[in-house]
Amino acid sequence: MFYRECGNLKDSYDKDMAIFPIPLDRWGFIVMLFVAFVIVPLFASEYLMMNIIVPFYCFALSAFGLNVLAGFAGQVSIGHAAFMAVGAYSSFIMYGRYGVPLIPSIIGGGVVASIVGTFFGLPSLKIKGFYLAISTLASQFIIEWVIVHVHWISGGVFGTIEAPKMFIFGFALDTPVRKYYLVLCIMVLFMTIGKNLVRGQLGRNWMAIRDVDYAAEIIGVNLYKDKLIAFAVSTFYAGIAGALIAFCYIGVANIEEFNVMTSFALLGMIIIGGLGTVLGAFLGAGFFVMLPIAINHGLGIFMEMVPADILSNIEAIVFGGLIIFFLIVEPYGMARLWHTIKEKLRLWPFPY
Amino acid sequence: MAFFFEVLITGLMVGIMYSLVALGFALIFKASQVFNMAQGAMSLFAALALYGFFEQYLHLPLWLALLCTVAVMTIWAYAIVFLILKRLVNRPPLMLFMATFGIAYLMEGIGQSIYGTQAKGLNLGIPDELYEVAGIFISSFDLFFAVVAALLVGGLVWFFQKTRNGRALRAVSDDHEAALSVGIPLLKAWTLTWIIAGVVATVAGVAWGTRLGVQFSLTFIALKSLPVLIIGGIDSIPGVILAGLIVGACETLGEVFIGPYVGGGIQTFLPYLLALIVLYFRPYGLFGKEIIERV
Repeated sequence: MFYRECGNLKDSYDKDMAIFPIPLDRWGFIVMLFVAFVIVPLFASEYLMMNIIVPFYCFALSAFGLNVLAGFAGQVSIGHAAFMAVGAYSSFIMYGRYGVPLIPSIIGGGVVASIVGTFFGLPSLKIKGFYLAISTLASQFIIEWVIVHVHWISGGVFGTIEAPKMFIFGFALDTPVRKYYLVLCIMVLFMTIGKNLVRGQLGRNWMAIRDVDYAAEIIGVNLYKDKLIAFAVSTFYAGIAGALIAFCYIGVANIEEFNVMTSFALLGMIIIGGLGTVLGAFLGAGFFVMLPIAINHGLGIFMEMVPADILSNIEAIVFGGLIIFFLIVEPYGMARLWHTIKEKLRLWPFPY
Repeated sequence: MAFFFEVLITGLMVGIMYSLVALGFALIFKASQVFNMAQGAMSLFAALALYGFFEQYLHLPLWLALLCTVAVMTIWAYAIVFLILKRLVNRPPLMLFMATFGIAYLMEGIGQSIYGTQAKGLNLGIPDELYEVAGIFISSFDLFFAVVAALLVGGLVWFFQKTRNGRALRAVSDDHEAALSVGIPLLKAWTLTWIIAGVVATVAGVAWGTRLGVQFSLTFIALKSLPVLIIGGIDSIPGVILAGLIVGACETLGEVFIGPYVGGGIQTFLPYLLALIVLYFRPYGLFGKEIIERV
């Protein structure tokens, strides 16, 4: 009834290329921004904000990064968490030791991760598929080792750096609300850039590479260049997300947070959320963050205290089961479900 | 020099274990073009199940416990093929690859829910003594599993070369459609492959479980066997076995002789580094068929 394209005439190129051509989508987006920028900081409890929403934003960023690589460009990486670690450590070092301002050092973390990621993306010029997946797994272990064993990076003890106090132009980011705003602003900024990146020429080149690479080459896509750009962009997002997680969520740069299980979880997130969509990164990350909490509350009905090991086991079962479920039933993930709902809404209430 | 050989032999023993896990990968890949990331979880589950039958719940005699474990892995094989893979036929291989991630999560979760998450010592009563052969010490424990692994590999070679079912599997791995057209039931062949992979996983899981304790980190050993696959060439079973030995020897030698200079712990990534080098010069592995798609 309300969600329709009728009367929505595209009488200029700008309107034709709009991100949200349908008014209801546009309004929905504005409402969501309003909720994120105003309602959440006003009403959400500290627990909700710091333990659910902030990690949700961070993981959405890194899941989007992996989605650029795996979903759009078709190059599966199972070492993506390592690039988050690179981002976290390098931004901590820049900010804590060299006094680079906060925002440049977070972005600098992304840039360093991007350089490292492009280097580890070099094998993609020669190999693809599983072979590439394994070479990215190699990057995971090599980076982990380098971070733990090079004292200059990790400071020695268990590869952990404590978070320095955060200031922007002398303004202290010490309360949860302020940290929340930092994460939110960076997330919205880079997601907007990302969305437009995958809508544009570059994103289309990636999709062409993903679908049939030699056909892409024939129609004039520069495979080598665009694959490396995919690695660079993807690991840049991973680096930013890693820096934000370390600065605002955990408070330390710790290699254990970015181990191979996190890499697997990121892959699971984009499968469940939706390969090759921006929305999918959000849905997958939200699902991943909410799952343990939902299970905890669900089991809380039956028992007083849910033991941690049972919790993690059930989490693994549900997560694994859903990955398989989505691959079988809806290979394009939750984002496609949302798309189907929109298609239905378009015709409702007169589906003829 | 004796020390060098001692380290080398330890490395080779470790390498045999890697070959075992990698063998499971290679078998499934050859038969169904699925790159099975759940191989490590299968080893973990098998080791957990054996522990459950043997020590934790039922206290069965060892041979019966082993038999029951294989039976459990067979049930898994049927479940995986008929509930999951059957529904994913004709999807891109990447989807199947990701589905095995899901299987891995499921197996780890279910296994640890039944048997608990804490590390368990698995004692099968295999003597652990040091023998001296020509000035080199060899652990009887390592030797035992080396022999078991050798027997298993010999058995597999015999199975694939000489028996009717084995030949059917090789036909499937060469060309699905051709195999179907001469009347080989594809689902049955897949199930058989997964059962064999389950048996291999059982041996690997038990071997690693007795050595390191049955615990979650067993699944990471499976990750170690991925470079073994790359180095050996994914479609060559002798290649995989040899590559396992190479990787085991290199990582142990590297750890002992190079490790101290760079801070140790290099065996976590040395196999991957080797694999990257091999990927660069021979992307199809040392012994694989030279049919890699051009990128």
